[in-house]
Amino acid sequence: MSTEIALEVTDLHVRIGESHVLQGISLSVVKGRVTALLGRNGVGKTTTLRALLGLVPRSRGQVILDGVDVTRAPTHAIVRRGIGYVPEDRDVFAGLTVEENLRLAERAGTGRYDLVYQLFPELRERGRQRAGTLSGGQQQMLAIARALLNDNRLLLVDEPTKGLAPLLVSEVAAALERASELATVVLVEQNLGVVQRVAEDVVVLDGGRVVHAGPAQKLFADPARVRQLLGVHGASRDGAA
Amino acid sequence: MRARTYVVPLAALALLAVVPLLSFDVPRLLPGPLDSPGTLQLLALCLVFAGVALSYDVLFGFTGLLSFGHALYFALGVYVPAIALTKWEWGLPQALLLLAAVALVVPLVLGAVSLRVGGIAFAMVTLAFAQAGNIVVQTNPRNLTGGDEGFSLNVDPLPDFLIGVVNTKYLYWLALGYAVLVFLVARAAIGSSAGHVWRAIRDNERRVEVLGLRPYPYKLISFVLACFLASWGGFMWLLLIGVTPEVTAATLTLTLLVMVVLGGAGTRFGAMVGGFAYTLLDYRLRSLAGEERIQDLPDVFRVPLSEPLFLLGALFVAVVFFVPGGLASLPARLRLLVWRRRAEEAS
Amino acid sequence: MSTFVLLTITGLGLGAMYFLVASGLSLIYGLMGVLNFAHGAFITFGAYAAWWLSTKVSGSFEVQLLVGAAFGLLVGAALAALVELVFIRPLYRRPVEQVLVTVGLALSLGALVYGIWGADAKFFPVPDWMLDTTTILGANIPNDRFVEIAVAIVVLLGLVGLLRFTRVGLVIRAGVENRAMVTALGIDVRKAFTLVFALGGSLAALAGVLSGVYYGTIDPARGTSLLIFAFIVVVIGGFGSIGGSAVAAVAVGLVQQYANFYVADWLDWSGAGDVAVMLLLASVLLLRPEGLAPKVAH
Repeated sequence: MSTEIALEVTDLHVRIGESHVLQGISLSVVKGRVTALLGRNGVGKTTTLRALLGLVPRSRGQVILDGVDVTRAPTHAIVRRGIGYVPEDRDVFAGLTVEENLRLAERAGTGRYDLVYQLFPELRERGRQRAGTLSGGQQQMLAIARALLNDNRLLLVDEPTKGLAPLLVSEVAAALERASELATVVLVEQNLGVVQRVAEDVVVLDGGRVVHAGPAQKLFADPARVRQLLGVHGASRDGAA
Repeated sequence: MRARTYVVPLAALALLAVVPLLSFDVPRLLPGPLDSPGTLQLLALCLVFAGVALSYDVLFGFTGLLSFGHALYFALGVYVPAIALTKWEWGLPQALLLLAAVALVVPLVLGAVSLRVGGIAFAMVTLAFAQAGNIVVQTNPRNLTGGDEGFSLNVDPLPDFLIGVVNTKYLYWLALGYAVLVFLVARAAIGSSAGHVWRAIRDNERRVEVLGLRPYPYKLISFVLACFLASWGGFMWLLLIGVTPEVTAATLTLTLLVMVVLGGAGTRFGAMVGGFAYTLLDYRLRSLAGEERIQDLPDVFRVPLSEPLFLLGALFVAVVFFVPGGLASLPARLRLLVWRRRAEEAS
Repeated sequence: MSTFVLLTITGLGLGAMYFLVASGLSLIYGLMGVLNFAHGAFITFGAYAAWWLSTKVSGSFEVQLLVGAAFGLLVGAALAALVELVFIRPLYRRPVEQVLVTVGLALSLGALVYGIWGADAKFFPVPDWMLDTTTILGANIPNDRFVEIAVAIVVLLGLVGLLRFTRVGLVIRAGVENRAMVTALGIDVRKAFTLVFALGGSLAALAGVLSGVYYGTIDPARGTSLLIFAFIVVVIGGFGSIGGSAVAAVAVGLVQQYANFYVADWLDWSGAGDVAVMLLLASVLLLRPEGLAPKVAH
């Protein structure tokens, strides 16, 4: 079992306007594993991912990716080190076709189209369709496909099952499992069923701080602790938030 | 604490008030001794633009509305009374009443349309309306505006103490009065509850809506007030200079923007200082450009130095880059610099 | 009828010039969020550069015009790229300061033109055949109008082609929609910024050259007067949309011509056309504040 650290975050602070959103986040993500970032709404999970990429300015802290300090680097340079980002709102380009969305994401002409189309055959069929006319679920598939297209070492995935029907949730979970074989995954997810299925480690946030970090199995074996940290029942739930 | 913050401005005001009584020379900067008509006219213009710049700051610095058409309302103040007095031969009170009415109705109507959009589109629309005004003036409909030559103001209806070179000092005091009036009105408006909403709109319009307020009426009030104040500045221009089509050009609004940013947008005195200083600097650069020793320089120096707007534009760019808060932010910056220097020396 | 045809073709000719300026402005704002007031300087400098070189070239007016135009386009692109790299790029996360800087540059560069070449208009080399007229449906149309329209159509096709078939075009289209996401895909948008600015600069210069042909002269105020109409076209057409700019440019050019003739006659006032364009802008805004073709996620 590898204990190499893929991502090391130290004392990350983010201020948005007058709000001190992240108040000193420190976490380690082990290479090759799936780490779930959990917490109630508004605790700063999405902000953490965006801060890692430099999409929000960081007032303090350090981000080390595969041993390299990327704290000062611009977003595109950080991403080029091998990160695939699946944002919370998918952010596919509505005016571009499915194929153009993928081509845009492709780096250096080495896109793994076979892999992507194998996982999501619909995308091949709808290649010339404008992404804005896809259903929510299809857009989610496209967003994930985009992140898997390159040989990325780290995937940052933000609430991929949000608003999806149960069947699609299952498909996404399966895609995440496949992705975890290929890369380190940091997953923000409210659906605990999915988390239990794919996550190996968990980090729980509250009020802009890390309040718990450890193996997923251990946490979910303790429903009271889950309830305390996340305010929900620990049982498996699929679909509804 | 409150009293102390007014000592310097009040002293400055007192100094400005007695200027026409002083026979003091400021070589290089002013065309003659302080009480000479040429100097008084220049200083009066500086005061007028201090006021007009502040009126623009109400819109831009305090409400966050980037208008590119402010010059239109200044131009109304020049042309409406001029036309009433000269072409229609009205008396002064009627002409002023007409200006007041126009200066309320026109911004109300144009503002109502322009504020339907925000940000950049708003800026473009205000620019377009101002350009329309420019075209109206240039094309001289029914020979009212005098086209690109302007026309002479009929001074008969004006009170005697405002006419004639020897009475320039009264015009100066009138300009000072205008600047003070704009300051008091603007301060009162900004300090009022509407003023607080303006600043909230400037900082985060979405949050204002979330609080249950509709930004649109507040923006409109700010717009009408700012334009109304500016048009009286235009009337002052009419008295000091006359009817000149250049007041309708887009350049004037841009220079207002420069004045405000130069002095410091959204500060108490920044805009006024910026307006005063810019007007003075513009004059000084123009007279410098005409001097022989400049004209004799080789082209590469002569060309930039003979165009004041080039230097002022370059200065503006430099300010935006290095001193974004304008002159008003300099005291704080200097204090920070001194503090840092002291800290370094101590360690 | 013949008057109507003349007005229409002239309106299209003017619209062609507005389109060239507006398309650059629209892309720059759509992609970068920068309102480029300095665009007028690109028009003027491009036109003057073309004029300057044409006076140094010997040969027919056609040769002078072509050589001058090529040089003008180069100067426009170079000036724009320089402005972007030196003044705009360092202010990347400060959009208000970016606009202010373009204002300062507009004032400075505008004054510089006066300083270098003076306020008098300069004669532009216009080939004789462009001054001749062709008769269509009874109207005598000066041939330069056809040149302007043809150039605009070629540019329109070129831009559409660039956007649809090249990688850069893909990046631009995506960037207009969501700039942040493009960087999150590992793409350095700043290169696209400089390219779009340079492209806008050369298109503006082209508009300046064509205006020299249209009016027969160029003067320091040409850039500003074209720019204001271009701004109106961009607002009506929608930021970031080439198609919108094209449609709006045609509308503005035609409205201006028709109003200038028909309404001006009726009101005995020659400025009616330009004011009519302002009214057009106002009505579009009242009905559809986001313009004809909304495309921007700013």
